[in-house]
Amino acid sequence: MSTDWPLWEVFVRSRRGLSHTHAGSLHAPDAQMALRNARDLFTRRSEGVSLWVVPSSEITASSPDEKDPFFEPAADKAYRHPTFYEVPEGVRNL
Amino acid sequence: MTPVTSPPHGHAAAAGANGAPGADGLDPEAVSAFQAAFDTAVAADERIEPRDWMPDAYRSTLVRQIAQHAHSEIIGMQPEANWIARAPSLRRKAILMAKVQDEAGHGLYLYGAAETLGTSREELLDKLHAGRQKYSSIFNYPTLTWADVGAIGWLVDGAAITNQVPLCRCSYGPYARAMVRICKEESFHQRQGYELLLALTRGTEAQRAMAQDAVDRWWWPSLMMFGPPDDESAHSAQSMAWKIKRHSNDELRQRFVDICVPQAEALGLTLPDPDLRWNEERGHWDFGAIDWREFREVLKGNGPCNEQRLEQRRRAHENGAWVREAAAAHAAKQSARASQDGASRTARSEP
Amino acid sequence: MTSTAPPTPATLPLGDDALILSHRLGEWAGHAPVLEEEVALANIALDLLGQARALYTGLADVLGSEDEIAFLREERAFRNCQLVEQPNGDFAHTIVRQLFFSTYQQPLYARLSPVLPLAAKAVRETAYHRDHAEQWTLRLGDGTEESHGRTQRAVDTLWRYTGELFQPIEGLEVDWQELAEEWSAGVRDVFDRAGLTVPEGPREGAWSAGAGRQGLHTEPFGRLLAEMQHLHRSHPGATW
Repeated sequence: MSTDWPLWEVFVRSRRGLSHTHAGSLHAPDAQMALRNARDLFTRRSEGVSLWVVPSSEITASSPDEKDPFFEPAADKAYRHPTFYEVPEGVRNL
Repeated sequence: MTPVTSPPHGHAAAAGANGAPGADGLDPEAVSAFQAAFDTAVAADERIEPRDWMPDAYRSTLVRQIAQHAHSEIIGMQPEANWIARAPSLRRKAILMAKVQDEAGHGLYLYGAAETLGTSREELLDKLHAGRQKYSSIFNYPTLTWADVGAIGWLVDGAAITNQVPLCRCSYGPYARAMVRICKEESFHQRQGYELLLALTRGTEAQRAMAQDAVDRWWWPSLMMFGPPDDESAHSAQSMAWKIKRHSNDELRQRFVDICVPQAEALGLTLPDPDLRWNEERGHWDFGAIDWREFREVLKGNGPCNEQRLEQRRRAHENGAWVREAAAAHAAKQSARASQDGASRTARSEP
Repeated sequence: MTSTAPPTPATLPLGDDALILSHRLGEWAGHAPVLEEEVALANIALDLLGQARALYTGLADVLGSEDEIAFLREERAFRNCQLVEQPNGDFAHTIVRQLFFSTYQQPLYARLSPVLPLAAKAVRETAYHRDHAEQWTLRLGDGTEESHGRTQRAVDTLWRYTGELFQPIEGLEVDWQELAEEWSAGVRDVFDRAGLTVPEGPREGAWSAGAGRQGLHTEPFGRLLAEMQHLHRSHPGATW
């Protein structure tokens, strides 16, 4: 039994008004899991409002009904961003 | 000028090992035209994209480098994950979990970049697990105290960023794009490490000692992260010509030392190098001799944690096999059920 | 028990649930069956940790800072249910634990969100956790003989910790009976689709009904706390 999951290309619409942009790829056993993996991998910092996952031979557009559970939970994790940290005066190149 | 694009083949990213065009099967005249176009594109700072013709050696150099980089991200999770359960505050616990998670994500971005060259993640992981591909030696050192988490963030991630920022302009498009994403996300990694150490140096005597001890242990291995000196570096010259690499090992190492010295001062910590002094003439910090024997020993597999790191990696992969199988089996059953449904619907619709 | 013991704040058990489950999920880092799942499990762990911190912060007047609450209480003062403290086991075990807990936490948060110091997004987070657990339960239950066996074993093992979830928590206005019915229906629906069997055994231990909520825990919990708290406790008063 093969354990190789197929590869999916991921497209992220970063905000309304913009088109989906290729973000990268990932592995998933099926389209449903591919969407969830894409959500976890490419929208950790609230980078997206909509996702497409595309297997090699056919395009599967996510219809992530833009449900909130998909994208909101990353919003409060300010510690992922450098501006969250205190840097003493005079310290450079950090 | 746009690089010559060879005839389209299957899906670029998912192409098998032979899917992307190489020199095979083309007549010599065509090859030299492709080579000329490739050279011109690289010289003009154009990006090479997956379906462009590229020299086989360029492809294999990229695969080797991207794989090593990806392996470093996922092995690099281990020394820090070692402290998630013991993080001394909830804020630090959240930061550390997010950081280790990012490393898994960065591994994924990089394996993805390697897949565009026709090399599957499975294949690369197999090579890692068999010890046939390397990861950064720095992760073969242990994290003995909480301060090590700070030292890794400040020094190890700092060195990695110094190395990686120029890679955002690497000649191979998918790798460069992955690096842009990674560098953007990693900026918090270094800062959280520095801030962690700052809290320790402003804390109790025991905390301060913990911070100094960690920096004492991580400083030299961090300098080794830039690789052997330029005159001994096996792959450097060709990689620079191909613009996979933009600066030499020694150049980047010097840049890193220059950045770190004032940062250490602001922390009130000492860098463990008696030869460290400002050289007015060069406009750089002079630093002492690196123990390359240690570097080579760790590289050979004799570091304190080589075996442990690889063993955990292999175990995770093996223990996960039944999960990956199960999901693949379910997907196969689902599509069989779907086509069966489709077949029976068709059968019914026929009188 | 003396009559002078201060009453347990009603939201403390919820905060403890979130913290302890987050801690357990954090133990997966570097051990997940596939890289994509490293990212997914960490996301859930981070959501839960964020919820715990918000709930603890709401208790600052009564119990002190979030770190005092997490790192300086003894085992018997923790009010999390025993389900969340159970060791990770294999991936099936972790997924079934997630299914049982998120199927409880999601409707509970939905009912309580107006009175809890949680952002509205916490309810949506739990809905996502529920979905993640459901997706995996379906795949593991249906996948291979091995995955089915492992998942059914996990269900059978963890079943006894599910009755406790519906022991009323004093101070929380919830129709626990209704919550229990909703939970059973939800779990049964997933089991049906995954080909899993609802165990016949009791849903609580002989002496431990409602135990975690009263500060009685299982043996692995002491070791969890020992690891989680040791560094913080080794440096009294230090800032991190």
